[in-house]
Amino acid sequence: MGQAPQGDKEEGRIMAENRERPPFQIGQQKVSRRGLLGAAAGLSAGALLASCSVLQRKEETPKLGATAEEIIKQRQLTPEDVTAALMTYVPSGKYDEFLMFSSTGHGGQVLVHGLPSMRLLKVIAVFSPEPWQGYGYGGYTNEVLEGGYFKGKPILWGDTHHPALSETNGEYDGEFLFINDKANGRIAVIDLRDFETKQIVKNPLLVNEHGGCFVTPNTEYVLEADQYSVPLGGVYAPITEYKEKYRGVLTFWKFDRQKGRIVPEESFAIETPPYWHDLADAGKGPSHGWAFWNSINTELAIPGLQEGRPAMEIATTQRDMDYLHVVNWKKAEELIAAGKYETINGFKVIRMDVAAKEGVLFLIPEPKSPHGVDVTPGGDYIVVAGKLDPHVTVYSFAKIQQAIQAGNWDTDEYGIPVLPFEQCVEAQVELGLGPLHTQFDDQGYAYTSLFLDSAVAKWSLGKPYREDGWKLVEKLPVQYNIGHLAAAEGDTAKPAGRFLVAHNKWSVDRYASLGPLLPQNAQLISIAPNQPMRVLYDSPIGIGEPHYAQIIKRERIKAWEIYPEVGWNPHTQSVDPNAVLKVGDERIERRGKTVEIWAVLLRSQIRPDLIEVEQGDEVIWHLTNIERAKDATHGFALGGYNINLSLEPGETQTIRFVADIPGTFPFYCTEFCSALHLEMMGYFLVKPT
Amino acid sequence: MATTAVRTPTRSGILRPLAAVLARIGDRVPFFLAAIMLGASLALPYWHMTLLAPQYPGGLRVVIYLTKLAGDVQEVNGLNHYIGMMKLEEAATFERAIAPYGVAALALLALLAGLLRRRWTALLATLVVIFPIIFVADLQYWLWYFGHNLDPHAALSSAIKPFTPPVLGTGRVGQFVVETRFGSGLYLAILAALSALVGITTRLRGSAERG
Repeated sequence: MGQAPQGDKEEGRIMAENRERPPFQIGQQKVSRRGLLGAAAGLSAGALLASCSVLQRKEETPKLGATAEEIIKQRQLTPEDVTAALMTYVPSGKYDEFLMFSSTGHGGQVLVHGLPSMRLLKVIAVFSPEPWQGYGYGGYTNEVLEGGYFKGKPILWGDTHHPALSETNGEYDGEFLFINDKANGRIAVIDLRDFETKQIVKNPLLVNEHGGCFVTPNTEYVLEADQYSVPLGGVYAPITEYKEKYRGVLTFWKFDRQKGRIVPEESFAIETPPYWHDLADAGKGPSHGWAFWNSINTELAIPGLQEGRPAMEIATTQRDMDYLHVVNWKKAEELIAAGKYETINGFKVIRMDVAAKEGVLFLIPEPKSPHGVDVTPGGDYIVVAGKLDPHVTVYSFAKIQQAIQAGNWDTDEYGIPVLPFEQCVEAQVELGLGPLHTQFDDQGYAYTSLFLDSAVAKWSLGKPYREDGWKLVEKLPVQYNIGHLAAAEGDTAKPAGRFLVAHNKWSVDRYASLGPLLPQNAQLISIAPNQPMRVLYDSPIGIGEPHYAQIIKRERIKAWEIYPEVGWNPHTQSVDPNAVLKVGDERIERRGKTVEIWAVLLRSQIRPDLIEVEQGDEVIWHLTNIERAKDATHGFALGGYNINLSLEPGETQTIRFVADIPGTFPFYCTEFCSALHLEMMGYFLVKPT
Repeated sequence: MATTAVRTPTRSGILRPLAAVLARIGDRVPFFLAAIMLGASLALPYWHMTLLAPQYPGGLRVVIYLTKLAGDVQEVNGLNHYIGMMKLEEAATFERAIAPYGVAALALLALLAGLLRRRWTALLATLVVIFPIIFVADLQYWLWYFGHNLDPHAALSSAIKPFTPPVLGTGRVGQFVVETRFGSGLYLAILAALSALVGITTRLRGSAERG
C-alpha cells in the first residue's frame, strides 16, 4: 500500500522547498482597486494565497502516540478501525495503488475509483450525455452517441454491466476498456490514453444482452451475448412462436487495437437455441480459443400472466439443470473464413446446426439458474455459480475435451450436443446460499459472492493451485445483498491478490438517510494472505448501480497528461486538419449561408471573440485549445444553443449547427482556467432576417 | 605546466623529452582545445531558468541555447502576458541569428592562433576570452529590458513594478520563485576562454623570451 512513485518524492521535495520560502509578498504597489484585484488574483490562480499561508505555518513535532490515542478515544474507534484506516488512507498528494473501473448499471457510465482509498477519481461518460466532459453537447462526442442509436432513434442512456479491460496474454494491458449496455444491446470502446469513449456499436442481431463484455486473452474479440432472446435482428414474431422463431446470439466482436475500434465487418455471431445467456468468460492458457457462457430459462418459458401462464420467475426455474455453453471460437473463425455463415442485418452468423455439426458449440448441464462463469487463472477450470444451488460447480477443461473426444453425448431438442455432466465436473464446493460470481487471488484461493447470505466465501482451488483444494475456508458478512465482486486483477492469468471489492446492491443502514433512493455500497475487503478477510472501508456509490468491476494496477495505465500535439482530434487520435495551431491564425470565413470559424483558446481568451451571423446561417466552428500545461482545460459553452465542450490541452473539436434562434448569445469558458477566467468570453450575435 | 617545463631544463629521464614536447606545443594546444570547446558549446544550454509556484509542482523550465530557446517557453509566455511581458523569443533575436557565425568565427580565430604561431594571432584570440563575459552582459541587458518594458495595458500591469530577474541566483515574480543558473554550454565557453588565456600567456611569454 502507498508505494510512493518517483513523482511523489519529487513533489515532496518541492513542497519542502516551498515551506522554506519567504512569506508571500507582492511588493510595494499602488493600492488601487485594480492593484488589489491583481494582488488577489496573482499570476494564475487565486488559490495560491491560501496555500502560501498554510506553508508559513510552523510545524510542530508530531507526538504520534498521545495524539493518536486521543483521536481514537474521541472518535471511539476500535483497534480494527484504526488498522483499517491505516490500510486505506492515502496521504494528500500520494497515489492509489490500484484503479477500479466499475459499471454504473442504468446510470449508463463508468466509474474510476482508486484503491485502497476508494476515492472516486473520475466518471467516464459512455452511454449518457455528461456535461462536464462536454459529452453529447456538440462536437465529435455526438457522433459517438449517434453510433449507438437504435434504428435512428436516439438512445441517450444505457444499462452498463460488465467492464472489460483489454488483455495481452491474459493480463490487463491498460490500453482499452469495453462496456456493455444490457438494455439496448450495445458495446462501447473507451481509450485509456485519454479515458474517453470512442465508439458505440449496436448489435444488429439482438435487442437485450448481458453476457458481455469479456475479452479473449489478447483482445482478439470482445464477447457479447443476448439475455432475453428475440428473433434474430429483433424483428416481430408472436411470443407463441418462441421455440421456433426466437434465438440466442453469441457475438464475437473483432477489435482492431491499432485503430482502437471494434470492426463489425470482421465480427461474427453464433446462433443458439433461445436460452437466455447470462455471464461469460473467455478461456486462456490451455483453454485459449474457447469461450464459456451459462444460460437460464432452458425451460423456454414465455410470459403471459393474463393468458394464465405462470410468472416468468416460476416458469424459468423449473429445471434443476441449465446449460453451460462451450464454444470453440477458433473453429468458428475457420468456418467464417470458409464462408460457412449467413449474413443477417449485415452481420455474419453461423447457424446453430452448422455450429453443432462442426464442433463449435457444446452444452453441459449446470445447476440451477446459474449466474457467473469464471475461468481460473491457469485456464484449467471453469467455475459456475448456480444462484439457486448452494454449490459452485467446477468443470475441468481437460475433462470437457475428453468428453468431446469420446463423442458420447446426447443432444438437446435443437440438436446441440450435451456433454455428460459427471464426465466434465472436477468438483462441487458447498459455499452457502445464492452464489453468484467468483474471483481469484495469487494464493490459490477463490472468492465467491453469496447474494442470499450477504457474504463473501473464500474457498481453496484444487491442484495445481493448492493441495488442500475444493474446500470452503471462511465466510465474511457484507452489507448487504452482494452482487458482483472484484479482486485485484482477479479474473486474469496473474491475480494480484490483497484487495477485493464487494459491490452490494443494498446499503440499508450504512449511511445517513438521504431519501428513499439509497446509494449502493462498495466495500473494500482485505484478502491479505494468512489473515482472515475483513471489511476495510465502505464507499457509497450515489450515481448508479455498479454491477461488475475490474481492478488494475495503476502503473499499467499509461494515460496522456495532455494531448500529444496541439490540434489533436480525440476522435481520430491524430492532428485535425482544421486545427488552429497558434494565436494569429484564427479566422472567420463566410461562404453564402455558411459561416466557418477557426478559433483558438488559451488563458484567458477565446479568439475570435465576436461572431456575427444571420439567422438561418449554418455555423461550423473549429475550436483548438493550444495550451500545453497539464490541467489547462478550457470549456466552451454557448448558452441557448445547447453547446458545451471540454477542450483539454491540445484538443481540437468542431461543432456544427444552424443559427436558427436570433438574439445575443455570450459564449465563455466553463472550466475555471485562470485568474481572468471570467473574462474568457465572447459574443455570438444572430441577426434576425 | 608547460611554461614551468620550459623554465626547468635541468630535469632528467623521460621528463626531459616530455618537457621539450610541451615547450613546442604549449602555446598551440590550448587554442585547439578552445576552438573545440567553443564549437561544442553551440549544442549545449547556456542558461537555465526555473520557475516554481504552487500550481506547478514540477516547476517550469526555460533553457537558453546560443541559437534557440527550449523548455516550457509557451507556458511561460502565456503567464507572462498577464504582466505584459514580451514573448521570450522576441529577446535577442539578432544575437541568436548571428550566434552560429559568431561562434564559428571565434573558433576559427582560436584555430588560427593554434596553427599560426604568431603574436598577433594570439592577441586576436583574446576575443575568445571575453566571449562569456559578452554573453552574460547581453543576457543581463535583456533581462533588464524585459522587466522594464511591460505592456501598460496588461491585466496585472499595475500590480507589478519594473524588475530585473537575476542572471544567476534566486528572485521572485508574483507567486513564482525564479531560479537561474549557468548551463553546461556557458561553462564550456568559460573553459574555452581559460584555455585560450593559457595559450595567449604562453605565446606572449615565449615570444618575449625569444625576444
